Amino acid sequence: MWTGDYPFLLSNLIQKDFKIRYRNMSLGVFWSLLNPLVMMAVLTFVFTHVFPNARIPHFAAFVLCGLVPYNFFVMAWASGTTSLIDNANLIKRVSVPREVIPLAAVLANAMHGSIQAGLLLVITLLSSIPPNRYWLWLPYVWGMQIVFACGLSLITSAVNVYIRDMRYVVESTNTVLFWLVPVFYSFSFIKPEYRNIYLYNPLAAQIMVLRDILLDQTAPNISTLLKLTYCSIAMLLAGWAVFRLLKQRFYDYL
Amino acid sequence: MLLRSRLAQWLRGTHRERFYALKQVSFQLEEGDSLAVIGPNGAGKSTLLGLVAGLTEPDEGHITVRGRTAALLELGSGFHHDLTGRENVYLNASLLGLTRKRTVEIFDQIVSFSGIGDFIGEPIRTYSTGMVMRLAFSVAVHMDPEILIIDEVLAVGDAAFQAKCFEKVLDFRKRGKTLLCVSHASGMVQQLCDRAIWLDHGQLIMSGNVNEVTEAYAGWPSIEA
Repeated sequence: MWTGDYPFLLSNLIQKDFKIRYRNMSLGVFWSLLNPLVMMAVLTFVFTHVFPNARIPHFAAFVLCGLVPYNFFVMAWASGTTSLIDNANLIKRVSVPREVIPLAAVLANAMHGSIQAGLLLVITLLSSIPPNRYWLWLPYVWGMQIVFACGLSLITSAVNVYIRDMRYVVESTNTVLFWLVPVFYSFSFIKPEYRNIYLYNPLAAQIMVLRDILLDQTAPNISTLLKLTYCSIAMLLAGWAVFRLLKQRFYDYL
Repeated sequence: MLLRSRLAQWLRGTHRERFYALKQVSFQLEEGDSLAVIGPNGAGKSTLLGLVAGLTEPDEGHITVRGRTAALLELGSGFHHDLTGRENVYLNASLLGLTRKRTVEIFDQIVSFSGIGDFIGEPIRTYSTGMVMRLAFSVAVHMDPEILIIDEVLAVGDAAFQAKCFEKVLDFRKRGKTLLCVSHASGMVQQLCDRAIWLDHGQLIMSGNVNEVTEAYAGWPSIEA
């Protein structure tokens, strides 16, 4: 039985990820900002100059509201999924609690995500949209997104140990998700019959809530917030249960 | 097993014969005892240690371990070559189950035991293999567990450091702690352990006094020959 210090272990694993990602890069943490900035610039160019889009004001901030949560989710889920395989030597040699490995992978990406979220706030202010009191909801929405990614990664990381094809399922899903969540279009374009699918997708829900708060400066829709909360917590519980079941045979399959 | 081979097997309705890494191996250790596990490659020694360390559960049977264990199954598991010696010590200590407070307390001891000196602030990719192993051993041995599980890791570093490691384990024994180890060096085993079990192909061949078992094992016509 492992009877160590969970917070100490988690913080060390997250720091490790952070350090090894940036230590040998001359630009360091700026890489976290460069990717969304470039994507924002390209998408803004495409949708204001190639397919002019008069319906959406502040398109740069609008698209970044989609990109930041999307980037976090994609990175967190992909690295969470492969985390157990990547750390196979650890699992087979140290009796460290297995849950910590995918959780640390997601939380490390949450750190990068927070940097990008800071960028989003800066771009919002630069678009001359003032802060408002609904900004207080932002940490909660962000937290739920992390909870959801943790739950989902617990499931896919455990399944990936047994069925290694899982990572390709995740990667393909992530590519498709870019089009299926409202990153560069608005939820208001969606026909009513498809709307529920969006509302029960925590990633889409988070993007919508972010736009309500940051761009429209209105209170977030309570029923959307509730759905986001239910789905995220349900996913975490499901993740926990699946992981508990599957972890018993990790040693034999890694 | 791959999903597709599993499906194929299920469709054909055949099953591979089950392979047991260990079968019907029982032993008991009291506090302060020391047991060596010997046997040829593939005998199930490491599996046995992994089971005791709690890395996996047995399919059948029970394992009960009372007390804090530290398992040195492979040195430097979780070390990352881009992190400095200091960062790796902290990471490794947390993986092995030390608290932050305790790690800060014994950090200087770990470094001085390893003999790494000022290199502790350098990334370990600049270290020699021996230095990495010395640092890893040093972290593990400062865990101060009640039960120490060692898999072939005492042969690290140069002769001087090996002697130091050996002293450390011997000292651990003198303090009445429990030791479970795997080693091919029978001289070392005889000095460190009182009892031994001999495994071959997952079966228990012999159990008893360390000298008797190692002698019997040495006299056994090697299976590979």
